Amino acid sequence: MSSSRWLVVIASAVILALGVAACGSSSSDETGGGGSSAGGGEVSGEIAGAGSTAQQAAQEAWIAEFENANSGATISYDPVGSGGGREQFLSGGVAYAGSDAALSTEEGELEKAEKRCAPGDLIEVPDYISPIAIIYNLPGVEELKLSPETLAKIFAQEITSWNDPAIAKDNEGVELPDTRITPVNRSDESGTTENFTEYLSEVVPSVWKFEVSGDWPVKGGEAASGTSGVVEAVTAGEGTIGYADASQAGELSSAQVKVGSEWAEPTPEAAAKVLEESPLDKELSPGKYTIAYELDRKTESEGTYPIVLTSYLIACTKYGSASEAEAVKAYAEYVVSPEGQELAAEQAGSAPLSSALTKKIMPAVEAIEAG
Amino acid sequence: MASVDTTTNAGQLLAAASGGRRRLGDRVFSRTAVLAALTILILLAGVAIFLLSEGLPALTASAAELPEGKSFIDYAAPLAFGTVLAATLAALVAVPLAVAVALFITHVAPPRIALTLGYLVDLLAAIPSIIYGLWGIFVLGPKMVPVMKWLEAKLGFIPIFEGPASVTGRTMLVAGLVLAVMILPIVSAVAREAFAQSPRRLQEGAQALGATRWEMIRMTVLPFGRSSVISGAMLGLGRALGETMAVTIILSVSGAVTFNLISQANPSTIAANIALDFPESSGIAINALIATGLVLFAITLVTNMAARWIIARQEGE
Amino acid sequence: MESSVQNLPQSSSSRLLASGLGWRRRGVNTVMTVLIAGAFVLAMIPLFSLVFEVAKRGIPGLSLEFFTEDARGVVGGGGASHAIMGTLIITGVASVISVPIGIMAAIYLNEYGTGRLRRALTFFVDVMTGIPSIVAGLFAYALFEIFFGPGIRLGVMGSVALSLLMIPIVIRSAEEVLKIVPDHLREASYALGTPKWKTITKVVLPTAFAGLVTGVMIAIARIVGETAPLLVTTGVVDSMNTDPFDGRMQNLAVYAYNEYRSPGVMKQAAYDKAWAAALTLIAIVMILNVAARLVYRRYKTEIR
Repeated sequence: MSSSRWLVVIASAVILALGVAACGSSSSDETGGGGSSAGGGEVSGEIAGAGSTAQQAAQEAWIAEFENANSGATISYDPVGSGGGREQFLSGGVAYAGSDAALSTEEGELEKAEKRCAPGDLIEVPDYISPIAIIYNLPGVEELKLSPETLAKIFAQEITSWNDPAIAKDNEGVELPDTRITPVNRSDESGTTENFTEYLSEVVPSVWKFEVSGDWPVKGGEAASGTSGVVEAVTAGEGTIGYADASQAGELSSAQVKVGSEWAEPTPEAAAKVLEESPLDKELSPGKYTIAYELDRKTESEGTYPIVLTSYLIACTKYGSASEAEAVKAYAEYVVSPEGQELAAEQAGSAPLSSALTKKIMPAVEAIEAG
Repeated sequence: MASVDTTTNAGQLLAAASGGRRRLGDRVFSRTAVLAALTILILLAGVAIFLLSEGLPALTASAAELPEGKSFIDYAAPLAFGTVLAATLAALVAVPLAVAVALFITHVAPPRIALTLGYLVDLLAAIPSIIYGLWGIFVLGPKMVPVMKWLEAKLGFIPIFEGPASVTGRTMLVAGLVLAVMILPIVSAVAREAFAQSPRRLQEGAQALGATRWEMIRMTVLPFGRSSVISGAMLGLGRALGETMAVTIILSVSGAVTFNLISQANPSTIAANIALDFPESSGIAINALIATGLVLFAITLVTNMAARWIIARQEGE
Repeated sequence: MESSVQNLPQSSSSRLLASGLGWRRRGVNTVMTVLIAGAFVLAMIPLFSLVFEVAKRGIPGLSLEFFTEDARGVVGGGGASHAIMGTLIITGVASVISVPIGIMAAIYLNEYGTGRLRRALTFFVDVMTGIPSIVAGLFAYALFEIFFGPGIRLGVMGSVALSLLMIPIVIRSAEEVLKIVPDHLREASYALGTPKWKTITKVVLPTAFAGLVTGVMIAIARIVGETAPLLVTTGVVDSMNTDPFDGRMQNLAVYAYNEYRSPGVMKQAAYDKAWAAALTLIAIVMILNVAARLVYRRYKTEIR
């Protein structure tokens, strides 16, 4: 056969193969296990969520399990960052949002959200509690201890070299190299940034004089996009230090932070303990179903790790379409259920919501009017 | 040279001979063709109108409403600066290289393999830009880190190499180099056309007088092809100005307006800024992004127009 | 020979005639030849590095699963069949929009056009070739937002954005090809009494067929890898979606970008898949380019 005939044969074969693949496509049960808790299987419809990159690992796990149990449902989660998630939720672009920071009263975010959900109510509940790890890349230094002042000075770019006396004081006996410190921060608007800067400004306000916000305030550092961007940048460069949700830190070493007189590691249990001791933020929880916490960053209790983020699930009790409401309700119920939280702990390393917290949150999600 | 005039000669004679009636088929077909032409013009008008109407709110909004709390000029100027910086860097690297490559293919390489070599260079243009981005950040970036450290050490007194050298390689220098590779095939293709068409008599004349090959090239081929090379360079520049994905993935954007090429604090480009910020924006922020898109369109338009004007002048001579 | 000598700049020619082929001039020639050859080698290095790296990093991500499964219901595993199908559908719809419009417009420019409309069209097609791809995406987004509200994401939006980029390419190459068809073929056809539209469809187009097909395939190859416009229009989703008018649709370029940017817990697997998607993209582009050339050689009509 001539070369062009061969071409036609090959092309047809490829197209045929792809056609067959398309028809027989959706991949099934890879995560195995459970499923009954993720709904009876009758939920169908397509909903989209967006937001926090810290929640991404957990959302992926939840979606996979939920879709396995409900083959008619299609859920998508776009990890664009907490700021982006809130924006898209407010503008009606997504049905639910994941955000590391509760909707604020500045710029009327909270009011806008209530308006978006009207005539229904706004739902804002914690669904993900995780420590923010201070990841670093310093070959030869296995363990790094940082007091809050040192930590703040490093990220404020006041300390620029790893063998600075302040760091040496925190790490007696450790040989620190003469490498330049490259601080890595988020370039996109991030709830992780907001939680971290909140910690710094509450615990060491004399050093960290910047405004608390989702946008990193210090110019000149290495800026990366998303949690994975920060992790990637720290992995790639020597002498780097960054902050990222512990669930995606992977192989990188995390620094221990001084809490009171102890050195604390970023573990889920330590993170959960902080939330247990924190009061409800009355100003940010005006509605029946908004449960926002004011994290006690200044805590010095044993066993806590105060650089923590509580990430929220933001939704409404009423939606325009019945199938949308049904899908959101079933998904949200799964997310905050004990099974869902166990899955997240397993796959994403978060701290499962305590049973007391779950009891508080369940009525909110169950209030979503389906059908 | 198939222009409309053919219809006036044979066609109209025939039409006149058959009584001047234009048949239904002709009417339908010609109207369809005109319709296609008009559709495109309407489409473009639509692009202009939609973009202007979506971008205008940002141009008239006060600083407080805009993202970052700056006025639109303060917001867009650093982006425009970064865009032009990256593209200029790319052009500065790519143009000499492209000219050399074109010379190689047209005058140095054995003629039998010249065609294949041309294909190879054109392959660079076929590679999707996201792959350039991934290659830049995973392959070229890390490889350039020692180079940048050396530049900072030896040439650090020059502002563009002031450093401190980034440890991850995500710098304007690397972005510029990747852009240069991307636009190389465009500039080289235009240059190749021009060099291949330089008059044989002049070239042979020079050689007959005893010129070496380089002298012949320098005296005949290069001056002849100069305006084509310039226009090709500007086409490449236009492409580099609008390139999104490679820059989005590679650059560590830290908002500073600086000529420092090897540090981690780089200005962003308009296109990369849109790609990075769009997913998380809504409301007036999107209007601002679209407005910067218009600014970018204006810049590339001016560049391309200049390129074509130069070509037109060259052909007119 | 006389005229050639006169055309050279005076000083160079007298210098040439005056000096013999001394070692200095030979040296310069050698150095420049080496530099030029070196430049070519330098230009080839990125090409080979690119293809090599994409192959090296992408092959581990390839598997039967990659091509036959989508990513629904799977964490960190799954395949890219939804992305592959999405690329085919979005590009296909874009071609369906662009090719008829583009070729008819080229026919207009070459066979019918006169005066202001023709000049305007030529000018604006030039403008169109310079639209940055992200701006094309913004336009498609703005257009659909007006009708469907903010946050709308559809496969067909991506196709519209890609058409904006594809149409000028199709027009330009079709115009070139149509220009090459000699007038005497048209005139012979008219002489036989064929109406103009039949002349175009039965004589001009078949003669230009190979060139037209090649042009279209090159245009497709150019847009199949476009990421930026799709980022702002088609959205992100794990499941297979074959309806371009309903809901988010994944495609290879955005898929690769996403796997890189948000790899989640299983980082290496995600990066592998990003590279594998990139490899698939390159393969599609290469196949299209090679096929375009083969088609041209096989089907081109020799004009005597």
